[in-house]
Amino acid sequence: MAEKEFEPKIIGFFCNWCTYASADLAGISRLQYPPNIRVIRVMCSGSISPHHVLRAFQKGADGVLIGGCHIGDCHYLRGNYMTIKRVRFLQDLLKFTGFEPERLHLEWISAAEAPKFAEVVRKFTEKIRKMGPSRLKQAA
Amino acid sequence: MAQEPRFIDTTKCTGCGACTDVCPVELPNEFNLGLDAVKAINRLYSQAIPSTFVIKKYDRAPCTLTCPAGINVQGYVQLIKLGKYKEAVQLIMERLPLPGVLGRICPHPCEEQCRRRELDEAVAICALKRFAADQVNLADLAPPLSEARPERIAIIGSGPAGLACAYHLALRGYRPTIFEALEKPGGMLRVGIPDYRLPKEVLDREIDYILGLGVELKTGAALGRDFSLDDLFDQGFKAVFLGLGCHVGRPLGIPGEEAKGVIQGVEFLRKINLGEPLEVGKKLAVIGGGNVAIDVACTARRLGSQVTIVYRRSREEMPAFHHEIEQALCEGVEIVYLAAPLEVVTDGAGRVTGLKCQKMELGEPDESGRRRPVPIPGAEFELAVDMVVPAIGQSAALGALAEWGVNISRRGTIEVDELTYQTSREGVFAAGDVHTGPWIAIEAVRGGIEAAESIDRYLRGADLAEGREVKREVQGHWREIPKDEKIRPREVMPTLPPEQTCACFDEIALGFNEAQALAEAARCLNCGVCSECMECVRVCEAGAIDHAQKPQTHALKVGAVIVASGFKPYDPSKYTAYHYTAYPNVITSMEFERILAAGGPFGGHLVRPSDHKEPAKIAWLQCVGSRDLHHCDNSYCSSVCCMYAIKEAIIAKEHSHGPLDTAIFFMDMRTPGKEFEKYYWRARDEFGVRFIRSRVHSVDPVAGSDDVAITYLREDGQLITEVFDLVVLSVGLEVDAGLKELAKALQIELGEGNFVKTSCFTPVSASREGIYVCGAFQAPKDIPESVMEASAAAAAAAELLAPARGTLAKTKPEFPERDVSQEPPRIGVFVCHCGINIASVVDVEAVRDYAATLPYVEHVETTLFACSQDTQKLIKERIRELQLNRIVVASCTPRTHEPTFQETIKEAGLNKYLFEMANIRDQGAWVHAHDPEGATKRAKDQVRMAVAKVALQPPLKEFDLPVTKAGLVIGGGVAGMEAALGLAGQGFKTYLVEKKDFLGGHARKLNRTWTGEPVAPYLEDLVKRVESHPLIEVFLNSEVTKVKGFVGNFVSTVDTQGRETEVQHGAVIIATGGHSFKPTEYLYGQNPRVLLSLEMDQALREKNPVVTQAKTAVFIQCVGSREPDRPYCSRVCCTHSVESALALKQLNPDMEVFILYRDMRTYGLRENLYKEAREKGVIFVRYDLENKPRVEALEDGRLKVSVIDHILGIPLNITADVLGLATAIVVKDQEPLAALYKVPLTSDGFFLEAHMKLRPVDFATDGVFIAGLAHYPKPLEEAIAQAKAAASRAALVLSQDAIRAGGVVAEIDPVLCVGCQACVGVCPFGAIEYKEREDVCEVNQALCKGCGTCAANCPSECITLFGFSHRQIYAQVDEALADLEEALEEAAGA
Ligand code: FES
Repeated sequence: MAEKEFEPKIIGFFCNWCTYASADLAGISRLQYPPNIRVIRVMCSGSISPHHVLRAFQKGADGVLIGGCHIGDCHYLRGNYMTIKRVRFLQDLLKFTGFEPERLHLEWISAAEAPKFAEVVRKFTEKIRKMGPSRLKQAA
Repeated sequence: MAQEPRFIDTTKCTGCGACTDVCPVELPNEFNLGLDAVKAINRLYSQAIPSTFVIKKYDRAPCTLTCPAGINVQGYVQLIKLGKYKEAVQLIMERLPLPGVLGRICPHPCEEQCRRRELDEAVAICALKRFAADQVNLADLAPPLSEARPERIAIIGSGPAGLACAYHLALRGYRPTIFEALEKPGGMLRVGIPDYRLPKEVLDREIDYILGLGVELKTGAALGRDFSLDDLFDQGFKAVFLGLGCHVGRPLGIPGEEAKGVIQGVEFLRKINLGEPLEVGKKLAVIGGGNVAIDVACTARRLGSQVTIVYRRSREEMPAFHHEIEQALCEGVEIVYLAAPLEVVTDGAGRVTGLKCQKMELGEPDESGRRRPVPIPGAEFELAVDMVVPAIGQSAALGALAEWGVNISRRGTIEVDELTYQTSREGVFAAGDVHTGPWIAIEAVRGGIEAAESIDRYLRGADLAEGREVKREVQGHWREIPKDEKIRPREVMPTLPPEQTCACFDEIALGFNEAQALAEAARCLNCGVCSECMECVRVCEAGAIDHAQKPQTHALKVGAVIVASGFKPYDPSKYTAYHYTAYPNVITSMEFERILAAGGPFGGHLVRPSDHKEPAKIAWLQCVGSRDLHHCDNSYCSSVCCMYAIKEAIIAKEHSHGPLDTAIFFMDMRTPGKEFEKYYWRARDEFGVRFIRSRVHSVDPVAGSDDVAITYLREDGQLITEVFDLVVLSVGLEVDAGLKELAKALQIELGEGNFVKTSCFTPVSASREGIYVCGAFQAPKDIPESVMEASAAAAAAAELLAPARGTLAKTKPEFPERDVSQEPPRIGVFVCHCGINIASVVDVEAVRDYAATLPYVEHVETTLFACSQDTQKLIKERIRELQLNRIVVASCTPRTHEPTFQETIKEAGLNKYLFEMANIRDQGAWVHAHDPEGATKRAKDQVRMAVAKVALQPPLKEFDLPVTKAGLVIGGGVAGMEAALGLAGQGFKTYLVEKKDFLGGHARKLNRTWTGEPVAPYLEDLVKRVESHPLIEVFLNSEVTKVKGFVGNFVSTVDTQGRETEVQHGAVIIATGGHSFKPTEYLYGQNPRVLLSLEMDQALREKNPVVTQAKTAVFIQCVGSREPDRPYCSRVCCTHSVESALALKQLNPDMEVFILYRDMRTYGLRENLYKEAREKGVIFVRYDLENKPRVEALEDGRLKVSVIDHILGIPLNITADVLGLATAIVVKDQEPLAALYKVPLTSDGFFLEAHMKLRPVDFATDGVFIAGLAHYPKPLEEAIAQAKAAASRAALVLSQDAIRAGGVVAEIDPVLCVGCQACVGVCPFGAIEYKEREDVCEVNQALCKGCGTCAANCPSECITLFGFSHRQIYAQVDEALADLEEALEEAAGA
């Protein structure tokens, strides 16, 4: 039987005000990107807890992409400062447990930056595709 | 108020953008300042909300307006440009059923009016029409649909008029009958035009199409010969159209005309065209100069005859078309000008042997304007010919029409109403040559079209004339011809070679090839912008486009007007030295902004316009169009350019892939705003932006490249040249010329620079009562100030209209909510096609069927447009009939449509939060257009996630908190008092707390505003108004010491020298003011001749001899400001010192006055004061922070001030009698108050607002506002504006009866909470409180904004953000990855 090409599963946690909006704008602008991502809309990137991210990896996600407003632009003023801290902490934690920290990626994408959004999703998907399936997937 | 139509029904438009894709018309994108192009139907910018479109439309193009038949010329030319030939023909055929015919023979009056002629030549419109017609098989056109009409109509004559009339009646559902006297239809088109001009196949094809629409044709049936008008009515015809044409040649009236061999031109052509036998002579004389004469001549040439045309006048007067005369000459036809026939000479058998002619000369002009030919006596000659063909005009064979009640004019034509084409006989209409006399076919077509309209109205019993107009002169408002439009000559249509043409009847003109047609169509200038090609209408599934919308005028009854009409950036093309128009890489700062923008012309890639190369060196030239009376009339400073140039330089550096050198060429760096100075320092020290204090000498091109060289004069006198890839002109702000008209209409006065005149004490009031102004129309200013003024203007208007507040408010109906708490989830899923937007990619039916398999889903359905009114109704019905309690809509984005659906389910009795959207359009079909399978899979997953999430969604409560309708203002200075009056003026009880024992604050020490208005009288009046206002309660010698509660419900304790009062209030405004910094340098406090700015004011006021007797005065600027300890500019000091210097000069014009400064920051219109000071001889000497001035006391008590002169490079020593120190403005002890109201301070101790630009008087904490110097140093008028703004924002809270809280907010489960307080610190809104006694934290839902940061930070996950609970997020994660688990399980099982 022919090996089917590996199609990564990626979870995107995007804040409502910037990155989710940029994803909509990418649509309005008809910018194309691979359909491997599943989007969970949250109000602020600061509301994404480490547990949410870990749950995604536990359930076999090959990559997690977090998107928020640029620093200084957070709709709730400072939520994204927390995001930075948590992502750094999570990446350290992942590394510590022997899991590739690059599978978790944080990007600030404003509501106007549709091309950037499409580009980030495209690149991240390609990166994960190259990395291959998450090892936790086999364990699951 | 005039409103332009947008031609889009915004309630129907789904923003899909299909219309833009098909629109053929491109124009410069105004939003990107013409750096790229947009379509005539466009969205101003892609993030625009609502996400709907607008059509730019001027008057119809001149070609369209000129066409007698009213064909949309611009439209079909555009469609041809797109290669949409079928659509083009369809558009033409909305009016003209004979595109191929008229595309060959029309004299095209439209081209006469083509505005391309102003550039080069007219667009070859007629040839394009022919091209399109030749590409299309008429059988492929969609048949018109209309309701069948039973009435019978007779059409007499099958020429262009009759055919057009029949066609348009057929389009309306009639089945008219055409009666044609000849054996074949077509009238003059068939029998008057030779094949080499109009091949018969073309005519046959188009007539066949018309007949195919249900038009009956009876040939060989002539009115008068075979039947009468009455016969027709007797046979049951309800209306008759007369399109008889003019087929009878006019006789010459000379002897011998009856001879054999004399034949009328029209008859000659008819016989040839119908293939009837005709003996054509060897040598012909054709008489006349019109088209018939030429056609006869050329036809005869083709039959081998020698032809001579005899014409009475000269070539210039010949009525035939120029190109046809040329053609005839080329084919060997001889023309004898200035000759009139006298007699046809015959032989004995009565055969023609010659034509005797009279030579003529031209005399006086006749009534036609042409010179009348007069015979030359005795000059006669004879042409030896065997055939004579008169072609001097035709008339109609009217027969007995007059007897049948149809009036005939003196000219022998049928008389009709010029609007309706109705004749004198009821039910009988006429058009074409029979009405006009021999004339062009397109005019006959128009007559036929109009008559058809009249006949239809007549038969329906409608008014024939209503709403119709006689065609007027062509004039209009059209698009300007683009300045850079290139000269492109008209395409030349290939023709048969001349040697071939006269040998046969083949068509001479061969038509354009496709490349030619496309190139020619592209020459169209799109005068009307929108071409009304209707392609957008065709593709708009939502039916949102309405080309019929009209401009509207509204009359609004208002009590106040706020003018916020903004500014216009200075246009540097007026000043040639910058070469803005000549060099593509010299751009304005506005253009640079667009280049940097993600939605800009280059998608946010930093490239220069000329070659799209990434620049490595960029220069900014400051003060373009500002502070400059030589090259523009703007003496003022535009206030914003220094700051935006720095910002642009930093962003450019961030955007650039390679190392980028940025240089800002400036005179004074003006960064007097809050946190601006630090930004400036960071740009210089961290980003390495070069700031070059200089004067730009010239801007020149660099040979062999697109680069630009800048030569500049440095402060030290050196002239330097540097080459840059890109030069940005930092253009200033101007008042648009059009605003002067607006000011006139509003009757408000304009002042300097045409900015609206205001007083410093009423900074947002225009000269006419009830009219307020804010933003850059008042003076050049930046965003925070504009926003403050906007709120201030709102406050001023609200004060004026306080009695009317709420009288026009409408309350929303309440809907009883169904209790679903005991029901298991019953979910309805609606999957939207969005026309074809989703359905063309995602398999919508498959998604629906899949959704039906999901847990708790009770109902699934697809919809064409989920957001349409019908679907909203449907959803409500389904909720009721199926007892659904949760709804998922899979369609577009919740960001635009969630509120609509929430409203809908609310109306159906559901809690509005029991709703979820799956975004399968914006984040589905649209972004995976080439992967339908992947898009469908993703759509299914997102639906599954949405279903899982909504199943866990409880109804959310919203509740109302009462509002104490009173305000508290802290600080009794000008800002505090103005704020208090602002609140009280709107009818709210206000408490004013002042620390000192008097009101007025530091303003008491000010003499005048910078505009020269005395402060004391204003202040006195202000205090009086505060003290006497019945709603204001003043607490002097008081401080706020305790605060409880939150927005709408504060209780603050005011301590008045030990006595405590509790005041209840809904909002608080902090206006605690600032202080002058008392320096230790420059001998301050040690020498009585050294004064602070305000002390100088006092000395001037009190006529203190230290000042009044001084011979030399020196001011030192930036004392304590813009230094590492206090890294901010105190904003007011430059202007203040200039004012004081001017006051000294006024006191004693001989006094020497020096101002030692670092940058003169007389921003805005204050610049004029600086100019005045220089003119009056005040000497300005610049110094650097590294080389501060030194001050020593001299023996005689005077002061020695030394400073390095930058221009001369040598120390300058001044002996001064008095020294003014412009010291910083500082704030003291703001921390306790900040802590009480839970609001933050900047590192400099000023209060920190919610957003520096957009919310300049708000705090993140609701209900707390800021005004005056406690926020940042500012002059009086800005403090007043900010105070009014704060009052406006506070009134927004107080004017509500209740504050709506709840919904998407956080809640802490007190059972699980361990009181760790991890949440308290991360809440930016101060909404979480730690309750010591219970050792738990609690969210104040009135303050919570629902960000969820606390929920994510809680180690025990005991905080829930409603609507986004942990369980819901886990469910979404699990479902997103569920199919993967299944697959794994499957694999494991196998
Ligand atoms: S709202 Fe976007 S990161 Fe906070």
